[in-house]
Amino acid sequence: MNLGERLLNGDRRACARLISMLENNDLEAVNIIKELYKHSGNAYVIGVTGAPGSGKSTLTDKLAKEFRKRGKKIGILAIDPTSPFTGGAILGDRIRMNDLTLDKNVFIRSMGTRGSLGGMSRAAWGAVKVLDIFGMDYIFIETVGVGQSEVDIVKIADTVLMVMVPNLGDDIQAIKAGIMEIADVFAINKSDLEGADRTKLEIEMNLDLSEKKDYRPPVVKVSASRNQNIDELVDKLIEHRTYLEETGKIVERRKKNIRLEIMKLAEEEFLNLVMNKAHKGNLFDKLVDDVISKKLDPYTAKDMIMDFIKG
Amino acid sequence: MDRPIRVLVAKPGLDGHDRGAKVIARALRDAGMEVIYTGLRQTPEQIVQAAIQEDVDVVAMSILSGAHNHLFPKVVNLLREEGVDDVLVIGGGVIPEDDIPKLKEAGIEEIFTPGTSTKDVVEYIKRNVKR
Ligand SMILES: Nc1nc2c(ncn2[C@@H]2O[C@H](COP(=O)(O)OP(=O)(O)OP(=O)(O)O)[C@@H](O)[C@H]2O)c(=O)[nH]1
Ligand SMILES: [Mg+2]
Repeated sequence: MNLGERLLNGDRRACARLISMLENNDLEAVNIIKELYKHSGNAYVIGVTGAPGSGKSTLTDKLAKEFRKRGKKIGILAIDPTSPFTGGAILGDRIRMNDLTLDKNVFIRSMGTRGSLGGMSRAAWGAVKVLDIFGMDYIFIETVGVGQSEVDIVKIADTVLMVMVPNLGDDIQAIKAGIMEIADVFAINKSDLEGADRTKLEIEMNLDLSEKKDYRPPVVKVSASRNQNIDELVDKLIEHRTYLEETGKIVERRKKNIRLEIMKLAEEEFLNLVMNKAHKGNLFDKLVDDVISKKLDPYTAKDMIMDFIKG
Repeated sequence: MDRPIRVLVAKPGLDGHDRGAKVIARALRDAGMEVIYTGLRQTPEQIVQAAIQEDVDVVAMSILSGAHNHLFPKVVNLLREEGVDDVLVIGGGVIPEDDIPKLKEAGIEEIFTPGTSTKDVVEYIKRNVKR
């Protein structure tokens, strides 16, 4: 049996191996997914993001358990930053999910961003497809909310869950920085600590200010570590899904994301093609030398590369 | 192919702290590897399932409690039962010299005792990964 057949048969090792191969841009895996793509489309993707340490992993663990109670199969993709200096990473989200490890209807995968141009997106998009074809009903993607990654999560998720915590001055900062636009559901985690009501109020006030739409993101107080109010949060996530499905907005959203994905894939390959050609005969190095010695400028160098590709 | 080596760093058994495991995890990361860190008190079953889901090249276990003669071989056996044959399994911790030959026979390919430099561990992994 080949890897693709094994994946369809629920073979966990095949699932894991295909995710790795796609992560490494392996052509064999790409061809397998081409074959199996028609089997995808069942999974619903929930992005979980928020500040470092806000409890995303603990919450994902509890959410997964609640969805399991409701009979759903769960994939979890936990993404952590790769060190730009060494290319290494410590992926520690599993620590909070250890007792899901032996559940045959849960598959957890950790992933480094690996820093490359669009690398995280391509690898995450790939992993989601594999988990979808593998038969997962819900796929959670945990990304830490710093810099670009929390904005990137919208490009892959059907529903974005924003995890906030009480009494973090930074929250307000984050609200300003534009998370209001991408969050579909807010969880105020660590509501066992003081200040949760105030944080909820602040978010609600911000929601009041944003232009009225037919959907208003709910704000749910939870405590992941105490397993409190998780069922309500799951209800809200499902309500958002229902809203998207009933209004047809889910198709719009997925179209937008698929468009982006195809563009990213093309962009990456196109760039490789151009650079490989330009690197042949050291054209690229020569151009760089010429620009540094002011014989050329970067714009002319670019024109020469384009001429070289076309000609 | 130019891809990072993936290592599962796990602490089987009941002993209570993971300083050593964290030092190793950081050293491996600094050497450009992706380290999946699973924390304390892992059962062999959990270690093996995590290794499968994460598709790691290496399982590195550390143990201080003295249960290595039982737990290390258990992990190797479970991996074999699952048909996993391309993962390098190594161990570390407070392990008496006398136990090492038996552990190696059981399929733990290298044992690092206290005092081993992290550089040696990194070098060993780089030279011995199976794919
Ligand atoms: N008091 C309290 N602590 C919590 C709660 N949920 C999680 N924590 C703690 O918050 C810390 C961070 O939890 P994680 O789940 O690792 O947070 P995270 O957002 O995944 O962290 P990163 O992935 O490192 O960004 C841990 O010490 C948890 O035990 C909660 O509801 N209440
Ligand atoms: Mg986490």
